[in-house]
Amino acid sequence: MKTVIIKYNAGNIRSVQFALERLGVNGTVTDDHEEIMAADKVIFPGVGEASTAMQYLKERKLDKVIGGLKQPVLGICLGMQLLCRHSEENNTDCIGVFDVNVKRFQSPVENLLKIPQIGWNNITGLHSVVFEHVPENAYMYFVHSYYAALGADTVAITNYVINYSAALQKNNFYAVQFHPEKSAEAGARIIENFLNL
Amino acid sequence: MLTKRIIPCLDIKDGRTVKGVNFENIRDAGDPIELGALYARQGADELVFLDITATNERRKTLAELVTRIARHVNIPFTVGGGISSVEDVNVLLQSGADKISVNTSAFKEPALVDRLAREFGSQCIVLAIDTRFEDGDWYVYLNGGRVKTDVKAFDWAKEAVNRGAGEILLTSMNNDGTKKGFALDITGQLSQNLNVPVIASGGAGNMEHFVDVFGNAQADAALAASIFHYKEIEIPALKTFLYNKGVNVRF
Repeated sequence: MKTVIIKYNAGNIRSVQFALERLGVNGTVTDDHEEIMAADKVIFPGVGEASTAMQYLKERKLDKVIGGLKQPVLGICLGMQLLCRHSEENNTDCIGVFDVNVKRFQSPVENLLKIPQIGWNNITGLHSVVFEHVPENAYMYFVHSYYAALGADTVAITNYVINYSAALQKNNFYAVQFHPEKSAEAGARIIENFLNL
Repeated sequence: MLTKRIIPCLDIKDGRTVKGVNFENIRDAGDPIELGALYARQGADELVFLDITATNERRKTLAELVTRIARHVNIPFTVGGGISSVEDVNVLLQSGADKISVNTSAFKEPALVDRLAREFGSQCIVLAIDTRFEDGDWYVYLNGGRVKTDVKAFDWAKEAVNRGAGEILLTSMNNDGTKKGFALDITGQLSQNLNVPVIASGGAGNMEHFVDVFGNAQADAALAASIFHYKEIEIPALKTFLYNKGVNVRF
């Protein structure tokens, strides 16, 4: 089995690679179209800013490659947001696999809501094979200022003043807003479930 | 619901964990990788590694250590100590650190905070402040608490947040090493007036102190070192205690 991690101008690729390594899997970091398309599993990670990331992907036509993949794909954090339709972060049109928009957290009262959300929050309403053996209300590590709204593809919900999509799934595309690679054993379980698809 | 975070801090010198009591009198407390992984298993929410090595080999050694930590530890961690440039930060993040903390270098050159936030995002930039209460207010100290400034901790924290710092790690020098509790007033002032998370540090001596800093001072996270290293408080027991006191924590 070949697992690739898409290489682009967004951080945390090393952490994802190490998380795979802890599960005994070698993750190849690449931006080569053929290599990505030929892989059994594709991980699309990311920490960064939406418009610069999309620009980078478009310049290399990686947006089309990613959107057209047929094998299981796992988007993480910014990777998940870029798989949505549009992001408010610098008004960016994204890849559009998931039919939801990405918005910025708004504090109802000044300083009530700290942005970005940094820390461990629980996930509920779990209904995807990637959550097998992951208990309802499991805690995951989140770091983000923008969120994907709830929609038909929502398969896990988290609350930070409002309810939003902690995870999305549509056909062969799986995506999580939190960082499974940094979410201790429960996070590792999700990555393992994805690798076992 | 977002939980309050418990963060063990590991001071590192020449690749080993040490703890300075009141920033002096250093004692060895173990291997950083093993200790970090142990804390992660016990339910620590994050780790902070503070490098206090002062040799020329420092940067390379630290990057290698960060890679080893990232390989073995499955929770987020911050690296701090002597970081003073975009390149330093780039190397540490590439090596696998989730966040970096800046202290003296950022105070001396505040534009560094803007540059780091622009380059890497606010979410990975932690501003560390060492502060001491004297003459009626909390003042910023530099160089590991050895150099006094005439700038108030609150003013500097506010400026740094405006420049892009994503979190504040606030250490009270008055409280550090005393085990008499966190500095609730300045922690609360920052936490309630800044829209970024505040990590309280210095003074943890018993479990009730954590309840106070989360409840009264509304800290987002609490950091401690020696009480964890010397097993005076164990993290699972602390989490249970906090939960029973109505503090939202992760199990």
